[in-house]
Amino acid sequence: MARAAILGRLTWQEGTVTAVREETSTARTIALNLPGWPGHLAGQHVDVRLTAEDGYSAQRSYSIASPPDDGRLELTVQRLPDGEVSSYLDDVLEVGYPLELRGPIGGWFVWDPASTAPVLLVAGGSGVVPLMAMIRTREAAGSKAPFRLVYSVRSPDTALYTEELAERQRRGDGLDVSYQYTRTTPPGWAAPPGRINAEVLASAGWPPDRHPAVFVCGPTPFVEAVANLLVNTGHDPGAIKTERFGPTGGQS
Amino acid sequence: MGIVSPGFHGRRQAGQKLPPGQYLVTDFPVLSAGPTPRVDTGSWELRIKTETGQVHSWDWTAFRALPSEDITVDIHCVTKWSKLQTGWQGVSLDTLLAGVDTGAGFALARSYGGYTTNLPLADLRDGQAWIAYEFDGKALAAEHGGPARLLVPHLYFWKSAKWVTGIDLMTKDMPGFWESLGYHNYGDPWREQRYWGD
Amino acid sequence: MSHLDGNMLGGELGELFTMDVTMAVAQCASCGTPGMIAQTMVYADAPGMIARCPSCGEIMLRLARGPDRAWLDLRGVTYLQLPMPAEP
Repeated sequence: MARAAILGRLTWQEGTVTAVREETSTARTIALNLPGWPGHLAGQHVDVRLTAEDGYSAQRSYSIASPPDDGRLELTVQRLPDGEVSSYLDDVLEVGYPLELRGPIGGWFVWDPASTAPVLLVAGGSGVVPLMAMIRTREAAGSKAPFRLVYSVRSPDTALYTEELAERQRRGDGLDVSYQYTRTTPPGWAAPPGRINAEVLASAGWPPDRHPAVFVCGPTPFVEAVANLLVNTGHDPGAIKTERFGPTGGQS
Repeated sequence: MGIVSPGFHGRRQAGQKLPPGQYLVTDFPVLSAGPTPRVDTGSWELRIKTETGQVHSWDWTAFRALPSEDITVDIHCVTKWSKLQTGWQGVSLDTLLAGVDTGAGFALARSYGGYTTNLPLADLRDGQAWIAYEFDGKALAAEHGGPARLLVPHLYFWKSAKWVTGIDLMTKDMPGFWESLGYHNYGDPWREQRYWGD
Repeated sequence: MSHLDGNMLGGELGELFTMDVTMAVAQCASCGTPGMIAQTMVYADAPGMIARCPSCGEIMLRLARGPDRAWLDLRGVTYLQLPMPAEP
């Protein structure tokens, strides 16, 4: 907790894009170098600010996708239709471009690698990004805390990090990944498409008596529905941490 | 100013004559300090209260029976977006104030949900202000202030209180929600009066 | 308009304070319920940011930013308990 207590004042800093990587047809990962970046905690986010030549500016928050590292971080940005910031980040920004950001932000929606409690991660769409940072941090820290990810997506081609998640699950070192497809399922998928419900969370998640730490992230309606389901099935509301991506402050 | 992001333009249109520091947008941003009040017209009420405590009130039926007009105006938000030639339907404050006996110099608009904003009573008169219930030919959506909002386009749009339910006429000025937290007491976009001291 | 989590105040508050105020415990002045600022309901659009009590919905914190000033209204909070590193 000492690190969360004294941070120094946050200010806007300039990073440089060092790499871009297409994740899906509508999302890409942007790697940034930022001198003096102190590293971050898994689950934290940054605020990104874009400024046009005439001074017009727009600002959005993005979760950090990468595990803690000095001097560098990665963001995964989902392009939203009409998204003035996401369309710039995904279509215009190139290697070598500057990007102004403020962070790392948020000591609450954070997973501590020293913790051994089971962890339930529930992701809706691009809400998987901070949860992926937790999964990557778990490996980097050598943690054996059991992790279960329930990842709700519209269709297989909109899911992020699928190969990496499959590879991590194959290692058999305590990460389980379950998908919930809400619109289109992959060929041969046994279940029909549909939203997460109590049965899915019960079979793919942890029972309440394991007292998992729970992180739910995604669009606001998704987060609220899932949080309600979890509480109604007996999970301790105090153990559930949520990060809503909304029309502002979230990804756009 | 932040570092310039090469190639970033945002969702704006160029050209038009705007108040200083404003940018034209094509959408209609929604700004709010709280959850959207859900007010059904069956229980809606507009109350104008004078400095002597006299109350004039209209329920939805009475309000909609008043003469109303088509309004086409430019609107300017303190967060720097502007929309030109927006179309509304509403009742002029001149109509509502016609039967109100008052010597007050100031007004405080009150909204369902607790929001308030203040302005000189003179700025509500003489064709400068309306209670609007339609936008762009359709009933005003709740997220934009429906069933009815105050519309005072010559001032920054935070003065156009959404979900308006009352106007208090007062002899003393009383800063409203944003005016008490750094935003300019009057708010003329053409003099760029955004914050205290501007 | 739905809300965000209080964690989203961290960027703005982080420019005003040297510690992470989202991790502070705050008591709601309206209903007396204590909780972390990170758990408040945040309405994050300008003209300012508003944090509401997750128990009673009343406003706990308001923050507005100008180009060279910030305004912070904490009347909705009776106290902030801020985590500090333990003294050796």
